[in-house]
Amino acid sequence: MKKLIIALFLTFVSAGSFAAGGASVPMDPIDTDIRDQESLQRGLALFTNYCFACHSMKYARYERAANDLGIPNEIFEENLIFGDAKIGELMEIAMPEDLAKVWFGSAPPDLTLAARLRGPEWLYNYMRGFYADSKRPYGVNNVVFKDVGMPHVLADLQGVCADKPQLGVEPEVDPLSGKIVKSSGCEEFSTPGKLSPDQYDEAIYDLVNFLEYVGEPSRLQSVELGRTVLIFLAFFFIFVYFLNKEYWRDIH
Amino acid sequence: MQKLINWVDQRLPIVKAFEDHMSKYYAPKNFNFLYFFGVLSFVVLANQLLTGIWLTMSYNPTAEGAFASIEYIMRDVEYGWLLRYLHSTGASAFFVVVYMHMFRGLMYGSYKKPRELVWIFGMTIYLALMAEAFMGYLLPWGQMSYWGAQVIVNLFGAIPYIGEGLSLWIRGDYLISGITLNRFFALHVVALPIVIIALVVLHVLALHTVGSNNPDGVEIKKNKDENGIPKDGIPFHPFYTVHDMVGIVVFLFVFCAIVFFFPEMGGYFIEKPNFEPANPLKTPDHIAPVWYFTPFYAILRAVPDAFLGVVAMGAAIAVLFVLPWLDRSPVKSMRYKGWMSKIWLVMFVIAFCILGYLGVVVTTPGRTLLAQILTGVYFAYFLLMPWYTSIEKTKPVPERVTMK
Repeated sequence: MKKLIIALFLTFVSAGSFAAGGASVPMDPIDTDIRDQESLQRGLALFTNYCFACHSMKYARYERAANDLGIPNEIFEENLIFGDAKIGELMEIAMPEDLAKVWFGSAPPDLTLAARLRGPEWLYNYMRGFYADSKRPYGVNNVVFKDVGMPHVLADLQGVCADKPQLGVEPEVDPLSGKIVKSSGCEEFSTPGKLSPDQYDEAIYDLVNFLEYVGEPSRLQSVELGRTVLIFLAFFFIFVYFLNKEYWRDIH
Repeated sequence: MQKLINWVDQRLPIVKAFEDHMSKYYAPKNFNFLYFFGVLSFVVLANQLLTGIWLTMSYNPTAEGAFASIEYIMRDVEYGWLLRYLHSTGASAFFVVVYMHMFRGLMYGSYKKPRELVWIFGMTIYLALMAEAFMGYLLPWGQMSYWGAQVIVNLFGAIPYIGEGLSLWIRGDYLISGITLNRFFALHVVALPIVIIALVVLHVLALHTVGSNNPDGVEIKKNKDENGIPKDGIPFHPFYTVHDMVGIVVFLFVFCAIVFFFPEMGGYFIEKPNFEPANPLKTPDHIAPVWYFTPFYAILRAVPDAFLGVVAMGAAIAVLFVLPWLDRSPVKSMRYKGWMSKIWLVMFVIAFCILGYLGVVVTTPGRTLLAQILTGVYFAYFLLMPWYTSIEKTKPVPERVTMK
């Protein structure tokens, strides 16, 4: 009996860990907003400039992103398409997969669905989780994805964190001085970057926001149409409810 | 219009068919909300067939192109995302309404004489539906599609002597491959839908021969008026057509809310690993079947021996087929059965739900023990039924149906 009670208890206590995908690393939360077009545009720019050399986005089309993000096609073609790709094409890359495997251990994954596969929170923390580790081939490791094959591509923006950054930490403020004594992120950089830690976090927010959008570009259309459909059904319910009542008036 | 109807009717009995099944099919007047789920299964079936047809127009059934074609549907096909979410949510909704429909049968003894065949056809639909859902789940060719199919097909390998050959025959290859995808596609979009539609026709024809049961389990055909119409019956059309409209609209409200706002349903309707293309060289950390299979998956895992596990899982479904002959009670409805039947039904439902949960999560020794106990409860509900339904004291069944 005792065993059974313990079994029941354990079953329900651990119920939450499945929903979280079993991740054990503490993470900072992120609240994406795919209605924020400016943030999406900045995220797209960051993606094409830093990620797109190695990571394809081969299920998405340039044109769709341009239209959804409110970027005129000509400006998009001039500034955000490299090489001779046409705007109607899929966002593919030139890097051959077999060579990439040799360079990085495994080919860099396509990122079209990264936000749906990993979740925005994982991406947000992963991109802020790099730190210096001389044992790794590219000199960096990651607290979210241990021994990852990817180099810290954004090192010139963030800098390189000297030690493991602390993520998912509740910020603490000293009540007397008003100074922040504890906060999430990197404490000390071994190589400085162009951006301040706050600016870097914002840049990553934009990038993750863009990935969230591109994972499901129909999301906003779905919400809009869904609202109309539900309002129609609510009104239609009133109609069918009274129709039914009228027919059944004399049935007892 | 009347002329046209007459013209056709002289050549094909459409008026008689309409009367037999709609306007002069007398259904008990005391149906409660559990009786909506039959017609809701129809609604979901229609949704699956229609959205399915349109999805096949853009889907590419090859290992190389399947995953990309789903994303093509999601991005480049006009309202393709809607078709896809209607179909994926519809699959889960199908099992929700079918489980409720089956629960209604257990609750009011709808499987009992003279409705044994109605029940058996229904169970066969359920079986075909599981095959349909399983094969459909491979088609997006995501990681979970692939590995879920791998695990399930390998189960057949546990059968002695013929097992290995059987799973090889099902896959058409030594592991799940494009060949498997092609045949599952053929079965999913052609063979099984035909089987399901045929079975639904048989299910309804058998039902309309014996007439519908009701929450009181009273045979309304025993009390007829001078015209031979059951006193407690009302014509299905228009009374239940307008009545079912209410249920359908409420159902559609919930269904559309999921389709438009939470199509992944937190990873239960569309599992997260399925956003990564199938990779035969990389096993996901945790393989869980979709939620509607998990009670049976939990039973499978509860048994330590692989072969006996498969047997237990098969038996858990097979035992439902003989249910009409396990119930020895003189009454049909739970309203008039004794307390033992009531307690066993409650325990069965709880066991089924918790097993469903246990089939989703990673096993631990404690969870396995719990799954073993609940597997025992699951089978005891059926195997002890001849005993507890025959010894318990039942309440007197009224002559006529009651309106509550």
